[in-house]
Amino acid sequence: MKVKVLSRNPDDYVRETKHDIQRVPRNYDPSLHPFEVGREYTRALNATKLERVFAKPFLASLDGHRDGVNCLAKHPQSLSTLLSGSCDGEVKVWNLTKHECVRTLQAHEGFVRGMVVRYCGTSFFTIGDDKTIKHWKMEAPGYGEEEEPLNTVLGKAVFTGLDHHQKNAVFATCGHQVDIWDEQRSTPIRSFTWGVDSFSSVRFNPVETELLGSCASDRSIVLYDMRESTPLKKVIMTMRTNTISWNPMEAYYFTCANEDYNLYTYDMRHLENPVKVHVDHVSAVLDVDYSPTGREFVSASFDKTIRIFPKDSASSREVYHTKRMQHVICVKWSADSKYILSGSDEMNIRLWKANAAEKLGVLSPREKQAIHYSQKLKEKFQHHPQIKRIARHRHLPKVIHHQKNELRVMKEARRRNTGEKNDGNPPRPPFKGELAIWAGAREK
Amino acid sequence: MMWPVGSRSSFVERDFRKPKEGTFTKRRKHFCDTFALVTIRRCDSGCFWGTREIELSVVFSMAKVSKKTSNKKKLMVSCGDPVISEGDQQPLYEDEEEEQGGMDRAEEETMSSEEDDGEDERKRQKLLEAIRSLGGKRKKALGERSEAAGQMSEFSVNPDAGPGKVQLSDLIGSLEKTPAVPAKSKKQLKNLQRSKKTVDSPLSKQDTERIQRDMAFQKAASEVSRWDGVISQNQRAEQLLFPLNRDPAGPKPVERLVVGWKARTPLEQEIFALLSANKQPLTDPILTPAEEASVKAMSLEEAKIRRAELQKARALQSYYEAKARRERKIKSKKYHKVQNKTKRKEFLKHFEEMVKMDPAVALQELNKMELARMQERMSLKHQNSSKWAKSKAIMAKYDEEARKAMQQQLEMNKELTQRLITPLNHDDDDDDQEDEEGGAADEADMFPDFVNDAVDGRDASNPWMKGKLSAEPAQQQLSDTLTEAAQAVCEEEECWAGETEEEALLGEFNSRRKLLQAQESDAAGVVLPEEETEDRAAAVESEASDSDDSCLLESPSISGGRENVLKETKATGCSERSAPLEERLMRIRTVEDLELLPHEPSDEPSQPPSTKAPPSEEKHLGKRKKKGIELKEVLTKETKLIKVPFTPTVTDSEDPEAKMDQRGLIKEAFAGDDVISDFLKDKRRKEDEGKSKEIDLTLPGWGDWGGVGLKPPKRKRRRFRVKSAPPPPRKDQHLPSVIISEKRNASVSLHQVHSLPFPFENHAQFESCVRSPLGRAWNTERTVKKVTKPRVVTQLGAIIHPMTEEELLKNNKKVVARESI
Repeated sequence: MKVKVLSRNPDDYVRETKHDIQRVPRNYDPSLHPFEVGREYTRALNATKLERVFAKPFLASLDGHRDGVNCLAKHPQSLSTLLSGSCDGEVKVWNLTKHECVRTLQAHEGFVRGMVVRYCGTSFFTIGDDKTIKHWKMEAPGYGEEEEPLNTVLGKAVFTGLDHHQKNAVFATCGHQVDIWDEQRSTPIRSFTWGVDSFSSVRFNPVETELLGSCASDRSIVLYDMRESTPLKKVIMTMRTNTISWNPMEAYYFTCANEDYNLYTYDMRHLENPVKVHVDHVSAVLDVDYSPTGREFVSASFDKTIRIFPKDSASSREVYHTKRMQHVICVKWSADSKYILSGSDEMNIRLWKANAAEKLGVLSPREKQAIHYSQKLKEKFQHHPQIKRIARHRHLPKVIHHQKNELRVMKEARRRNTGEKNDGNPPRPPFKGELAIWAGAREK
Repeated sequence: MMWPVGSRSSFVERDFRKPKEGTFTKRRKHFCDTFALVTIRRCDSGCFWGTREIELSVVFSMAKVSKKTSNKKKLMVSCGDPVISEGDQQPLYEDEEEEQGGMDRAEEETMSSEEDDGEDERKRQKLLEAIRSLGGKRKKALGERSEAAGQMSEFSVNPDAGPGKVQLSDLIGSLEKTPAVPAKSKKQLKNLQRSKKTVDSPLSKQDTERIQRDMAFQKAASEVSRWDGVISQNQRAEQLLFPLNRDPAGPKPVERLVVGWKARTPLEQEIFALLSANKQPLTDPILTPAEEASVKAMSLEEAKIRRAELQKARALQSYYEAKARRERKIKSKKYHKVQNKTKRKEFLKHFEEMVKMDPAVALQELNKMELARMQERMSLKHQNSSKWAKSKAIMAKYDEEARKAMQQQLEMNKELTQRLITPLNHDDDDDDQEDEEGGAADEADMFPDFVNDAVDGRDASNPWMKGKLSAEPAQQQLSDTLTEAAQAVCEEEECWAGETEEEALLGEFNSRRKLLQAQESDAAGVVLPEEETEDRAAAVESEASDSDDSCLLESPSISGGRENVLKETKATGCSERSAPLEERLMRIRTVEDLELLPHEPSDEPSQPPSTKAPPSEEKHLGKRKKKGIELKEVLTKETKLIKVPFTPTVTDSEDPEAKMDQRGLIKEAFAGDDVISDFLKDKRRKEDEGKSKEIDLTLPGWGDWGGVGLKPPKRKRRRFRVKSAPPPPRKDQHLPSVIISEKRNASVSLHQVHSLPFPFENHAQFESCVRSPLGRAWNTERTVKKVTKPRVVTQLGAIIHPMTEEELLKNNKKVVARESI
């Protein structure tokens, strides 16, 4: 039998002469001194936890509109300026740094359907339900001057979408047809029709600046070239597309927000199949905007959430919601790729961080280094179950959570009924599995 | 047959192919006499055998008629198409004549009244007008607009259809006559005339639009595809910097920082005027326009690339120089000999090519060679007349080395004096031969070269020592390849006669190898496949036997169990590539909450582990609660199931005896080992190991007397004998033929990655990735910086504009630079 006794040998802690260095007792327990993998694993776990703890994406809410916010416009030259148009025809110009409205103008009667700032940033265009296109100065009128548009064009039908060319004095509208306008003229310089009577959105390609994309009420996406007299190509999907957004760094990719709760990324050269189907929303997706880096995009949905998707991932990396935010009508990613702006039904514009846990402001080099290191650690250990579990946990409102589960059950049931084998292997081609049910796109 | 007769007196003259001279002329004269004006018209629609729609209006005056008719006749004859047959046409002619005879009279009458006709017509018109005017309502005549262009064309040809109608054929006819028109265009026109194709009707609007759209889309798609390079490069890039066109780091000129700065004082103004006049930079860091241009012309990267190229070239040059110097210094004769030989071979190869490509140069080379050969033949350099050779010749009898040296020398001579046979040379030879036939016989051609050589007849085995008159040297070389080896063998046998036995053996091997090598070219193709087939057959046999064995040995119930286990692991192990967000109702506020996150992801539909044993078995086992498995029952099952793998063998062999034999054979082979009982034993042992054991905690002498021979009382023994809790039931409890190991540590596996994550291809890769640390405690500062470089870097407060075409240019430059390296 072994009896343990406390023993203190002075040789272990008393130095022989005063010239020796002090002996420091050290605990040699290997569990206290793990190898590098163990240490880094712990660090990664802590970093992941801290990321979730610091994930506070909501920055500010800009209130002042007296009706739902229907459209937003970024300023191409100034980061702190934002324009918003509401459903009562009011346009507000905001200063984002101060979180205040700097200018309000009654632009239209009825909805402000679209708004775009000219590439130089000195003026902007609005379209409304009153069938007019108005051209406004960016500067507020002086004291005593009246708010007057620089130019007003009266159209034949209601305009529903608007976008400006990247470099030239040309803009495009859509309504019952897609029109290309010269800023100096009151009639369109070119009109495109292809058998549909109502378009919901038109967007210029920011890279190949002469190309346009539009989505129409006949569930189609139509591509145009400004230089050609005819449209280029059309895809018809099973449900209507609300908006499209071009990738600003990859000329031929665009993403469209569909009514079937999904987003589809297409390569404009091969419209037969989407490159990726982005699922996660539980209601119609209303708006989509690419990050200026072209690596991610943000989508606004009728389910009262905003989601951020990496451009080549099927599922979202982030979901933003607040208790008071209603159906999100429009969303924009700020030009420095740091913020997200969303306008919703309940008259508020919200400012979010694009990376929920990011520290804002200037960082010291040490901070930067630490952030980079922990970022890499998180990446390195992202597949480890504990870390994965923490990193991907998101709180969801009850309604959305239940809807999501319901949808999942429905999908599984459908899959079972159609006789598809669910062997638990994900590499099923996403288009066939998902879209056989939802949005089998066919090309025209 | 109708003759068109009208107010305008016209007469249709048919295209007579072979008119009868007499009748035609007679008739013609008759007509001419009668009419002042005759219009001859050749038409095809109205008559039987007219061919072309050429309308000619010819006015015949009375005086000219006779002359014209003769001309016309000639023309008709020449114009006529080839006759189909005389017999066919004859009756027609006769017919016509008769009719014409009848018509002539009628014609005469009408024609004679022709002059009155004009007046009658006028009268009739007047009458008609008068009648019209009587009819009550007076219609106002519509003023018709007539345009001169309608009546008259600027090309002086009447565009109206009528007698003067111009047809395409008219114009072409004139074309054919003009000699200036090239024959080609004439031919084209003819083809055009012949082709009766109608032009396709234009496409419908929808179709044209579709085509236009397709074209436009193709164009746009190809245009957009030029971004492919940039995009793929960005996808691969380790780090992306945004905004794309950042201002270069470093000091910036004052002008760019201070926008509104101006030279104010007169001194400043003067200085700036001077500077700007000389195109000098105003502030230090600014470059002159020329310098800027040069910088733009060659970017840093390009300069680096260029420098690297130059460096490489220089290094190569110095390397080759050093090599050449080194080689020049080598004194070894053998080395140079080898070198020279290879050079010569090279030259020969080159020469053969040259003969094909550039015979003139080849001829020059040949002449040079011939000269060298002549010189060699003249000199006694490699003859065995030198002092050295003579001495060697004496020694050759006894010394192998000397003999060899001599042989080599002679060989050299032979080679050098050998005549090169080329196509060029052959021509010469032919000429020579002709000459020879002419009478002058050339000695060199009569006798082969080795006649000149000193022949040492003593060594019969030496191929160089004896020449065959029949074989030409070049052919000899070819044919020798096989014989050489044999001869070499003989040689070697002689050579190695005096050596030890071992060496002799080695030599034999060598010679055999050589023989084999010689034969290889012929026989390889035959030998190898045989070997292969043999191998294959062997392999097949072995495989077959293996499979048989495995079939027999594996009991299907066991394999089934294994499969089940595999399936289970698959089902649990697979995870999605991109993990979706796990969205829950729970909100986490603290780090502690994070820990409390549920462990099992609910999103993944977790199937219950399918550890189903065959149902019959389960039933049996369910009935019996006994833990031990009776050998008998298991064995009966086994015998049942063992039959399954044999079914295919039955079909294969088709005779039961053989099958029985095989089974017996296997039984015999594995008579000693009882696999099943071994397995059961194993299982029982595992189960026993897992069972809880009693722990005896009794201390002898504790609370009682202790000593030798004294045992602790029963009561205490019972009290201190602790029985630990029984372990959880084994998973393979109800699976008689399966052992499931439960050694896996759940607490550790909670932290382990179960399946290989997406970008990795094998476990080793992933493990090495996890094993390599990133921190500063284990890496140098540089490495840490490099390893922790963020994927995307953005500048604080900088607007990121969409990609512009400059990127494309940059990328192109990079690509070009990379290709140039």
